[in-house]
Amino acid sequence: MALTLSSPARRRLRTLGFLSPWLIGFSVFFAYPLIATVYFSFMHYNQIKAPTFVGLRNWKYVFQDMPLFGPALWNTLWLVVVMVALRVVFGLSLGLLVTKIKSGVGFFRTAFYLPYLAPPVAATVAFVFLLNPAAGPVNEVLSHLGITGPNWFNDPSWAKPSLVMLSLWGIGDLMVVFMAALLDVPKEQYEAAELDGAGAWARFRYVTWPSITPIVMFAVVTGVVQTMQYYTQALVAGKIASGVSIGPGSVIQPGYPDHSTLTVPQLVYSMGFQNFNTGAACVLSLVLFAIAMAVTMLLMRKRSGLLAAED
Amino acid sequence: MTSTTPITAPAVAAERAHGSGSGPGSGRARRKRVLHWIAVHSVAVAVALLFVLPFVFVFLTSVMSDDQAMSGDLWPHAWHWENYTAVFRTDGFLDWWKNSLIYAGLGTLFTVCSAIPVAYALARFRFRGRRTAMVLVISTMMLPPQVIVIPMYLVWAQQFHLSGTLWPLIIPMAFGDAYSIFLLRQFLLTIPKEYIESAKVDGCGELRTLLRIVVPMAKPGIAAIALFQFFYCWNDYFGPQIYAAQNPASWTLSYGLESFKSAHSVNWNLTMAATLLVMAPVCLVFFFAQKAFVEGVTLTGVKG
Repeated sequence: MALTLSSPARRRLRTLGFLSPWLIGFSVFFAYPLIATVYFSFMHYNQIKAPTFVGLRNWKYVFQDMPLFGPALWNTLWLVVVMVALRVVFGLSLGLLVTKIKSGVGFFRTAFYLPYLAPPVAATVAFVFLLNPAAGPVNEVLSHLGITGPNWFNDPSWAKPSLVMLSLWGIGDLMVVFMAALLDVPKEQYEAAELDGAGAWARFRYVTWPSITPIVMFAVVTGVVQTMQYYTQALVAGKIASGVSIGPGSVIQPGYPDHSTLTVPQLVYSMGFQNFNTGAACVLSLVLFAIAMAVTMLLMRKRSGLLAAED
Repeated sequence: MTSTTPITAPAVAAERAHGSGSGPGSGRARRKRVLHWIAVHSVAVAVALLFVLPFVFVFLTSVMSDDQAMSGDLWPHAWHWENYTAVFRTDGFLDWWKNSLIYAGLGTLFTVCSAIPVAYALARFRFRGRRTAMVLVISTMMLPPQVIVIPMYLVWAQQFHLSGTLWPLIIPMAFGDAYSIFLLRQFLLTIPKEYIESAKVDGCGELRTLLRIVVPMAKPGIAAIALFQFFYCWNDYFGPQIYAAQNPASWTLSYGLESFKSAHSVNWNLTMAATLLVMAPVCLVFFFAQKAFVEGVTLTGVKG
């Protein structure tokens, strides 16, 4: 029996065939582990003996008794608020600056973009060196200017701001996104506003801002989701700055100095892979998941265009 | 507006309206333009310095002697290029390179091959549940990797005995990476429907249409997801930490670099040389593929 292209059964099969890599990937590498995480959050499991059911004990432990949960949640939220806000403001300013540059725009664009490409571990190691209080170039330059630099990554109250500086150095991606959005604003609108006698601020407020709001919104939401996962830079900065030699498998207290760089994802790692407290680690994972999902819903509501069909 | 451009009356009025100075409009406008140029470019130069100086300091330290690297000196007394050979002679450094290339190379290849049919189906086919599928793709994309890592680790370690290797990171990429699928789908939406329909009129099946018509037209989009995935694998620290930490023979450059500092705790010069060697390939790839990359970044935010 010859199947024609229009046959619905064949069309369904074809769709299934094209989607199959993702369908398998989604079930095996997303749905299954998510369900398993929920399952383990109600189990006592040290990854050696078989898991035993303990009801809500892991949940109670995380929310009431786990000493590091408070600091980790606070640090993650601090980074989400401060880092995302500053990144959006700085990225937008830099985007504006680049669109105003008349000479050497290629050079400036590359200079602003390049640090974004530095692998996070390399960039973090470089920043811990640049900011190290003993002989770091930054404090050296500051002392020539008569300023005593802070202890940066070695001072609990400066460690997070230092991480923010690191993330502002890598602003290139946001700058490019904003630049593209700014160049999309119709030129005639600026000319019209200028004819009406609008100053620079008024032109930004009434012409630029309304047309780039969706992009700003997008940058904020993706920034929040990325910062919720903030892991590598915080971990590497803490480890290198502490100066502790770390062999594989050795356990160190994460979040040097004084838990000031401990984030929720780091706590998941140290619970699950250093303390082998699988249940508590899964509870923490689900807390992260809940927050990430809430933010994603917001994104999909505000940017329903993401789901638009081809027309 | 240059002085040769005819100035319309409202423009002159506007010029006068918010300037309190005297003199002819065109002269003031020119002076204002020059000042504006100077202001914009001095800010740009200052910011560019802040962005470039970290690289400069890292480089200068990387060629200092051991002793000088511990001092506060900013400029090397003598140029110790042999620091770079010393880094390459460090135990394992070449293995880390090889592992990074395998992870990034295979990971990229698998991701691209699996993302193309899925993205095409999501962009072009009409089927029930298409919207749900997109919602699920976006949700997966937004999911922090830490959420599912524990059960995944247990499966790879206990069922497949693959902990200590990078395969638990590479194999899943053959089954569609959500971010790549999403980006490529956004790109495929920009290809005019007529091309695809005319291919069908000529009797091409879906698979042939995809390979003969869509893939060649989607080259910029495919290049962008390939680059992103290559960078993602090259930069990944969390993945190798979970699966390869216990076996130094499977470490990647990004993971090994941190232990490099621990092993050479006082040798900032060698650490900085190693740091630059980890950055170098990524920067090189960027210079050769700048256009595709910037296009891809733009796609993440603007299209849709």
